[in-house]
Amino acid sequence: MVEPILKVEDIHKAYGKTEVLRGVSLHVLPGEVIVIIGPSGTGKSTLLRCINLLTPPDKGRVWLEGVEVTDKATDINKVRERIGMVFQDFNLFNHLTALQNVRLALIKVKGMPVKEATDKAMMELEKVGLGDKADNYPAELSGGQKQRVAIARSLAMEPKVMLFDEPTSALDPELIGEVLEVMQNLAEEGMTMLIVSHEMGFAREVADRIIFLEGGVVVEDGPPEQLFTKPQHPRTREFLHKLTELYGEHAESRTRRRRR
Amino acid sequence: MDYFIRCLKFILPAAEVTILVTVASLALGVLFGLLLAVARIYGRPGVRLAAALYSRVVRSLPSLVMIFIVFFTMVSVVPGASPLVMAVVALGACTTAYQSEIFRGAIQSLGSGQMLAARSLGMSRAAAIRFVIIPQALRLAIPAWSNEAAIVLKDSSLASAVGTVELLRRSQHIAAANHHYLPAYLACALIYFCLTFLTNRVLDAAEKRFRLRT
Amino acid sequence: MTFVRDLVFMWEILPELLKGLVVTFQLTTLALVTGVILAVPVALVRKYTRGPLNWLATAYVEIFRGTPLLVQLFVVYYGLPELGIVFDRFTAAWAALFLNSAAYQSEYIRGAIGAVSEGQLIAARALGMKPLAAFRWVVMPQALRLALPAWSNEVAYMVKYVSVVYLIGAMELFTRGQIIISRTLKVVPVLLEVAAIYIIVVVAITRVMDYVEHRFSIPGLETSGMRREF
Repeated sequence: MVEPILKVEDIHKAYGKTEVLRGVSLHVLPGEVIVIIGPSGTGKSTLLRCINLLTPPDKGRVWLEGVEVTDKATDINKVRERIGMVFQDFNLFNHLTALQNVRLALIKVKGMPVKEATDKAMMELEKVGLGDKADNYPAELSGGQKQRVAIARSLAMEPKVMLFDEPTSALDPELIGEVLEVMQNLAEEGMTMLIVSHEMGFAREVADRIIFLEGGVVVEDGPPEQLFTKPQHPRTREFLHKLTELYGEHAESRTRRRRR
Repeated sequence: MDYFIRCLKFILPAAEVTILVTVASLALGVLFGLLLAVARIYGRPGVRLAAALYSRVVRSLPSLVMIFIVFFTMVSVVPGASPLVMAVVALGACTTAYQSEIFRGAIQSLGSGQMLAARSLGMSRAAAIRFVIIPQALRLAIPAWSNEAAIVLKDSSLASAVGTVELLRRSQHIAAANHHYLPAYLACALIYFCLTFLTNRVLDAAEKRFRLRT
Repeated sequence: MTFVRDLVFMWEILPELLKGLVVTFQLTTLALVTGVILAVPVALVRKYTRGPLNWLATAYVEIFRGTPLLVQLFVVYYGLPELGIVFDRFTAAWAALFLNSAAYQSEYIRGAIGAVSEGQLIAARALGMKPLAAFRWVVMPQALRLALPAWSNEVAYMVKYVSVVYLIGAMELFTRGQIIISRTLKVVPVLLEVAAIYIIVVVAITRVMDYVEHRFSIPGLETSGMRREF
């Protein structure tokens, strides 16, 4: 029996009177890729933020590698070093070049010497195919390039788990592929990933498990084949049906096919 | 405390002069500032240059220096001009330059589409400026203009240096007469504070009321 | 002939006026630099704290922005001695200018911090930065750049407003001019020369600040649109 790398137990979160999360629990095994789907406004992003306490949950507990993250005694900054996060709107540091973006936390958080941090940052940029953009500022990059820099920035910290919060939602359609490809490579390398996404084709291709979240609770949790072909819950079926109506087969055609 | 109240009572009537100087200067500024702004954008090259030069020169001079320039000029050219008139002329000349920049910025931010649309309807240039450009520019200019109004209000205190009996001059009178300065100047500051506070409130309300919805 | 005589006169008084200009520069620089030092904490207190300290900072800023500099100068120079706080002219001039400038500068900085998006801070925290580190390395560098245009205005504004210390007789440029006028009674040449010096200095400062803004410009953090006319 493999120990889960990340454990989330009974997370509750409310904004004022609106309950966004109403008791979400999940276990993530090392190397697992989980895609969280669901209608907008059902707390998918909030769930991710509750995991690294960017949004502190009202109730519930989170463990990373057996250490309780939600424990008051835990240094949350140390935990965040080991949980990478990629945002919908990139949030690259606007005053820094791509390279400086990637190495900033290496220097200021990990205390790495500048030379070493620069080399490592360069390596990470090359890994996402942006070695030639190292000296460009965020404003000089396309959306897809920005998101790849943001992924490199997280990876440089050598996280145990990566959280992706709708990483392609702010991108023009033709730029989505390059980001998904980077994520797919990452999955193949064995990174543990928790992804909120509307890219069903990608989810089906890359995910080990799909979680359908609605109304602040997990409605269904299972392997992609099961969820897409014979969903157990009527709500899941309804949601998937609507998606196909909206996006049709396009939803599947965005990732380059690559068998694992 | 007693003395402070006495100061307030003695100084307060001069608020009338301060307000008069401020409002008159601002009015001059709106009129000539708009003219200058229009001249700079739509005028012939020579006119543009002259307008730009006026703005650049006056904005480089301290208001206090302008006040003394106007003072010495008027003393010899228009003998008998009251210090109040001098203050209005000097501060009006200053704020004309600053307001011309504010209005110019507002007109330019409108873009050329408004002018094109007006001309395509058969309006003359002058009519387009008068009925399409300026009404919009005035509204866009309100936030920057409120800032300018507060500056002119505060700058009117500089006119005390050439003998305009406004709030500060009045405070100097009572302070000197009693050899007791701090309460007098604090009372003066309090009145100014209330005036700027009021000005800001009124202009904020004006901005909300006239905001351009697009 | 009078014209030539005036020119010679203007040449002769130039050194004296330039001595005044040096004092103007000293006061400007001192006021601006000490102003920043006070303005940053005031801006931070107003932006990030609640309660008495915030009220105090807000009151300070509103009072100094809501009253004329000249009145502040008179309070410091004529008023405070009654409480036993006595300054010489130069120090009084500096104190009033610095307190005034700090209030305005704190507003520029506060506005600029507000203009840095929330996402920047969140991303920094997600990388494991402590709040202070995130502020120091991510928010502040962007805020300072965004504040630069307003700050340029403040520099030119200060150079001009230093002239008000003439009214307490600190020996800056305009005071020197007035002294020469009362000594020689030659009004027009002196005023012209003083005005010319101001124009040259302010135009030069504007150019320098344009260069500084250009030098520190970063794609995507363009600030030209925020420039306010002074």
